[in-house]
Amino acid sequence: MSRRKTERLLSLVVCLLSSQRYLTATQIRAAVPGYPESFDAFKRMFERDKEELRELGIPLDMGTNAALDDEVGYRIPRQAYELPDIRLEPDEAAVLAVAARVWHRAELAGAAAGALLKLRAAGVDAEETAQPGIEPRLQAGEAAFAPLWEAVRDRRPVTFRYRAAGRSEAQQRELEPWGVVNRHGRWYVAGHDRARQAVRAFRLSRIDGGVGFSGPPGSVTVPADADVRELVKSWDDRPVAPRSAVLSVRAGAGLGIRRQAAREVAGPDGWDEVETPFAEVAWFSEHLASFGPDVIVREPADLRDAVITRLKGALA
Amino acid sequence: MTAARAAEHGGPGTSSDRLQRLLALVPYVISRKVVGLTETAAAFGISERELTDDLNMLWCVELRTPDPYCPIDLSYEGGEIVISQAEPVDRPLRLGVDEASALLVALRMLAEVGELTSAPDLAEGSALSRTIAKLEAAAGEAGAPSAQVAVEVDQHAERSVLARVSEALDSGRRLHLSYYVPGRDEATERDVDPMRLLVVEGRTYLEGWCRRAEAVRIFRLDRVLRIEVLEVAAEVPHQAEPVDVDQGLFRPSPDDMRVVLELTPRGRWVAEYYPCEDVTELGDGRLKVTLRTPDGAWARRLALGLGEDGRVVEPAALAAAVRADAATALAQYATDPSDSGPAPNQG
Repeated sequence: MSRRKTERLLSLVVCLLSSQRYLTATQIRAAVPGYPESFDAFKRMFERDKEELRELGIPLDMGTNAALDDEVGYRIPRQAYELPDIRLEPDEAAVLAVAARVWHRAELAGAAAGALLKLRAAGVDAEETAQPGIEPRLQAGEAAFAPLWEAVRDRRPVTFRYRAAGRSEAQQRELEPWGVVNRHGRWYVAGHDRARQAVRAFRLSRIDGGVGFSGPPGSVTVPADADVRELVKSWDDRPVAPRSAVLSVRAGAGLGIRRQAAREVAGPDGWDEVETPFAEVAWFSEHLASFGPDVIVREPADLRDAVITRLKGALA
Repeated sequence: MTAARAAEHGGPGTSSDRLQRLLALVPYVISRKVVGLTETAAAFGISERELTDDLNMLWCVELRTPDPYCPIDLSYEGGEIVISQAEPVDRPLRLGVDEASALLVALRMLAEVGELTSAPDLAEGSALSRTIAKLEAAAGEAGAPSAQVAVEVDQHAERSVLARVSEALDSGRRLHLSYYVPGRDEATERDVDPMRLLVVEGRTYLEGWCRRAEAVRIFRLDRVLRIEVLEVAAEVPHQAEPVDVDQGLFRPSPDDMRVVLELTPRGRWVAEYYPCEDVTELGDGRLKVTLRTPDGAWARRLALGLGEDGRVVEPAALAAAVRADAATALAQYATDPSDSGPAPNQG
């Protein structure tokens, strides 16, 4: 980046903030040093500068000073530009410092740092050293987070390839994203699946490749009653009626099974009978197989068969 | 300043970054009236030379019409910055949507942690809820999209365990834990002087000085079988170094066992759940992953549970142990023909 460009943009901001009236492009060129002599070259550079200011979140108003003016002018309304007054007590500032660290290295880390900088500029002293004894962190490294957040923020539909759990093929999906949710450390996006005409949730880590926008900003309408957190929750914990398993567990072993047990009866020959609730055969058979020869499944038959299949798979 | 030079200094390199910094620098100084160069450079994460360069650039701003004038007047003589005039840019720029969202989402996550732990700093009506209210007010419209990001913290850990940990942290007392170690499938008893409650990747952990190991240890709260706050003051020794959470809680050590697994599509979850050193797509949704673990028993259990969904490629000794375990277990089923028939303890 060139120093001259920073100087020019800085002067432009100061100039547009100083004026109550709309300034025409010609007036701006006269006031702000650093623009080229040629009017065409100036126009091109000025267009880029305006874009740059907007990207920084600087509100640039366009309008005329009188109804009869035919040339449009620009200004930055101070009301819209300035951060409203904010004063934080020391204990509040300490909490803010912890919050700013939550995104460390995760996708909104830069935004959190930028926010903290502005709040410091407003006079807030967010002490990095404050330690309330709690350190939360959000997971970093989901490539799909940034584009999906942008899509949610700007209300744009997206397309991506998704590999559902246990599927070998990724499928193309088109989604109107309503929100992103971090549930128990994993990121999800939920919204309206266009092809399936239904509400769906997707785990970001299973998105295969990039996320593309498939419509302009503002083209997604989020229903007023949409609760993305609940959507992901109900998708994630599809309720399953609990069932009961009867197991023989070697005495002194299988503590990880006994922790959840409903009933335990010690046997005479080194095997205890353990009754325990479970929800899904797939997951629970994996858990039980991991105890190898320390556990024998008695009932139900489908669980017993599933564990035997797993063990045979491990033997192969 | 060139990007290359900026990178060298560790400072932001683009014109936008620098413009943002310049626009924040003015109100930063004005809101503090007088502030030292050293302190300011540290707050902005730049060198003093970069800071004085910024100040010079601000001081040199000149508008040429209607009459040439310099809207910003400042000095930094004797290492103290004073800005006597900068009226158009004396307040910071509003928070952008991403900025407001980053902080609001993080604050609401803290509120959720507070609700789980009953930590006094994070409870209803506490510093936290006041901060959220003030930030929402300051962010205005930019804060609205943050409602579309939610963070739900793990609730696998018993609330009573979280409450005991909070209590011990608050009162500075020692804890006794009965702690489940899944790799060895056993409970261990230990006294721990609590240091921090960590919430990382959705799970809650206690970081503390373990008096048995005489080292800093991290305990997953959903594996605490029993917890007791002792009538003994915690004594965290000076040499206890808090774990650098940002480097990851569990860093493999070079002494760890290197385990290579081949996973079917149904076994892919392993790559999502455990930090892998290497992940290679093998086609048809199959993966080859490399894990590091100090705990051979853990790897053995993982492979046994995966069955055909995860084949141990390396080390050979682990693959052999998994096969031997599976064979022994299957032999037990073979000698026990009926589904609900006579249990071995009747034999």
